[in-house]
Amino acid sequence: MDTTRVFDTNVQFLKYKVLKEVIRRAYEGGLENSYTEIPKIISPGPKSELRCCIYKERAIVQERIKMAMGGDKSNPNVVEVIDIACDECPIDGMYVTPACRGCIVHNCKEVCPKGAITIVNKKAVIDKTKCIECGKCTQVCPYTAIIAQHRPCVQSCKVKAISVDENKKAVIDNDKCISCGACVYKCPFGAIQDKSLVLDIISILKNSQENKKYKVYAIIAPAIVSQCKFGRVSQVVTAIKKLGFYQVVEAALGADITLYHEAKEWSEKKLMTTSCCPSFVMYIEKYFPEIVKYISSSPSPMIETAMLIKHSDPTAKIVFIGPCTAKKIEYQLAKTNHLIDSVMSFEELQAFVDARGIDTTQMEDTVLDNASYYGRIFAKSGGITKGVADVAKSMGVDGVVPISMSGIEECKMALTRLKFGKAAENFFEGMACVGGCVNGALCITHSPKNVFDVDKYGNEAKEKTIENSVKLYELNQKS
Amino acid sequence: MIIKVCVGSSCHLKGSYDVIEQMKAIIKKYDVEDLVDLQAGFCLGFCSQGVTVKVEEIEAPKVEQISDGELFIHNVNKDNAEEIFAKEIYPLLNL
Repeated sequence: MDTTRVFDTNVQFLKYKVLKEVIRRAYEGGLENSYTEIPKIISPGPKSELRCCIYKERAIVQERIKMAMGGDKSNPNVVEVIDIACDECPIDGMYVTPACRGCIVHNCKEVCPKGAITIVNKKAVIDKTKCIECGKCTQVCPYTAIIAQHRPCVQSCKVKAISVDENKKAVIDNDKCISCGACVYKCPFGAIQDKSLVLDIISILKNSQENKKYKVYAIIAPAIVSQCKFGRVSQVVTAIKKLGFYQVVEAALGADITLYHEAKEWSEKKLMTTSCCPSFVMYIEKYFPEIVKYISSSPSPMIETAMLIKHSDPTAKIVFIGPCTAKKIEYQLAKTNHLIDSVMSFEELQAFVDARGIDTTQMEDTVLDNASYYGRIFAKSGGITKGVADVAKSMGVDGVVPISMSGIEECKMALTRLKFGKAAENFFEGMACVGGCVNGALCITHSPKNVFDVDKYGNEAKEKTIENSVKLYELNQKS
Repeated sequence: MIIKVCVGSSCHLKGSYDVIEQMKAIIKKYDVEDLVDLQAGFCLGFCSQGVTVKVEEIEAPKVEQISDGELFIHNVNKDNAEEIFAKEIYPLLNL
């Protein structure tokens, strides 16, 4: 199988190669020699291909190995900058390129609200002390001669948590960061990465003694459906079981129950935000403390599903598999009662499956069908909104006026209105990733078509309503 | 006694919820609600023979083939649930 085609970017592929090699060694031996041997496998030399010299290239691979093995344990954030991988991108902001013809109309000068542009020797010159980087000049130049040079990491970070230090290296402010992972996907040098918990997961699997000592369950996020470029979801489920998991359960089942709780909670509160996206919750906590009271107290689908599993199997160990960096934070929070033992990304799943020599395309099918249509469309922005509106209606609750906020920029606008009491809506669905989980930072692919896969998968569910999932929940509550 | 109905994907598609509903009604009908705890379980490991029902915490089993106080019953559906309950589960209550 040609794995290079699986990923969107070469950075993802590089991360995958390192992960795969680390995982392979965890099973076949040689983990202790990882730091000396893996860099030479990834960058065989003698000439460097990606960096200034082969030594730096290999040193960066060593840093990636460290991330694959859990990263800096003293840093509570799951997203970290690999210092030496940061290419110190230019941070000049608005830049006049040689394409400037020194025209007579000089729209740039006219449009600048701060008077920062003057024409010197028939060329536009920007006074950096006055420029506020609004970007208007870049839009009006007839020759598109003015460009905005922003760091991709800084630009991707919608909460302005990334700054540049005196050595021009990117630095993440943990107090501001919401661990959404946007920078992880956007840095063209792969200098910002998420820590992997895959070695912990391997120990959980190994210590289960083939599910005899305790059983290991995988909860899989519904966004998986858009990620199966090789093979079907049903084959991926078989592949996950081949890794040593006892059983695979859809997080969408928990999503059904979350919907039920949220609809009920809304009928009491009448003004509420969702709580499924951990980055969105962190965003409110850090940037809109005044409206924390509106966050739904309903547990996330991951946690609801885990509660169902633990109820039927109290000694179960549970690993969540999804597209999300922030879930790697959420599972550690006290409010989740440590129901989840670890979290694996889709990227890591791909590496794990390949490291174990499992060819997904050759797997038989294992059905995965517990959740309803509504639970499954949680993966896309607008999914919860649709679910809550319909569920509330079926409960006889009227008056839900929902808004689905896709990405932090939309969240910011709507939450600001909510904060100042100017919002027309009363149910706020927030997702930190634009488009929802289906476009999550640790998705293998981020195609705009992914959302169609989610709809199709939703329609394939046996259960068209959440009724039976709720019955299951109630059955467990009773006993 | 615990009666655990498998709600793993495979059994779910074969009608776990119908079996659960049926079991609820039967337990009521036989007036053993205080003695039996009806639960749902994720995959009991017999995907090809679903719906599987597991009977747990059987006190003083008289039937020999029951080891560890557990009994697995396969191929349960809403139509045969009552017959299975009457023949295989009810006697285990030693009433």
